[in-house]
Amino acid sequence: MPLLTRWFIRTSFVYLGIGLAMGILLAAQSLWGSMLPLAVFFPGYIHLMTVGWLTLLIFGVAYWMFPKYSQVQPRGNDALNWAAFILLNLGLVMRLVGEPLDILRRNALWGWLLVFSALLQWLGGMAFILNLWKRVRMK
Amino acid sequence: MPRLSVWFIRASLLYLAIGFTFGALMLVNEGFAIDLHIDQLLPAHIEFLLSGWIMQLALGVAYWILPRYVKGLPRGNEAMAWLSLIFLNTGILLVTINTFFPLAWFVVLGRAFEAVSILAFLLVSLRRVRPSR
Repeated sequence: MPLLTRWFIRTSFVYLGIGLAMGILLAAQSLWGSMLPLAVFFPGYIHLMTVGWLTLLIFGVAYWMFPKYSQVQPRGNDALNWAAFILLNLGLVMRLVGEPLDILRRNALWGWLLVFSALLQWLGGMAFILNLWKRVRMK
Repeated sequence: MPRLSVWFIRASLLYLAIGFTFGALMLVNEGFAIDLHIDQLLPAHIEFLLSGWIMQLALGVAYWILPRYVKGLPRGNEAMAWLSLIFLNTGILLVTINTFFPLAWFVVLGRAFEAVSILAFLLVSLRRVRPSR
């Protein structure tokens, strides 16, 4: 299993762990009433599970298992693949931090954090798609 | 990788690209309320990423990688599997049209197309879920 796949899969499991814990807290919120403003984490929770867990896991496995691109570059442009991994993670973490803060106390700083989060995740996604596209082909 | 899987997986990557783009636009809009209408992309964002990306990728990879039939066609009735691809994508598009034009019954029709797509795929591939030889 290539190094980047291990990073994708291990990171996805970290997000799964945090997502499950967050799910428990969100479910328990009804017991605590409105003492803690946990609802602000709900969009982040959904994206932890769908981007952090599912998408990173899929990317890791696809990077490993899909048909090789060429003898020289079996998995496409690896600099771009690593960039995709870093951009997606940075963008996701910025969202997890910035979104609750923006909901609780709206200001330009948190707004920009969300803008950069969106841009980084989008660039990361596109970088990975571009690389994987070439490997989706008949033998 | 068989031709049908190439179509399933490339379509799923296209939906991922569009779904990510819609998501990024909504997140930017969350930071700085640029246009209230951008939030209306949410149902399309969800549909593209759940049905278009994840479900379609799963079908494409399953069609490629599940153990093949020993007798007859190795991956079963290919025409039926192509029908599954066409119905799934028609369904996704019908469901998301409602995001841009208020045609609620298109959602019902789209979901029906998606259900028929999965049924067709199961008819073709379910018996491939078995121990490898």
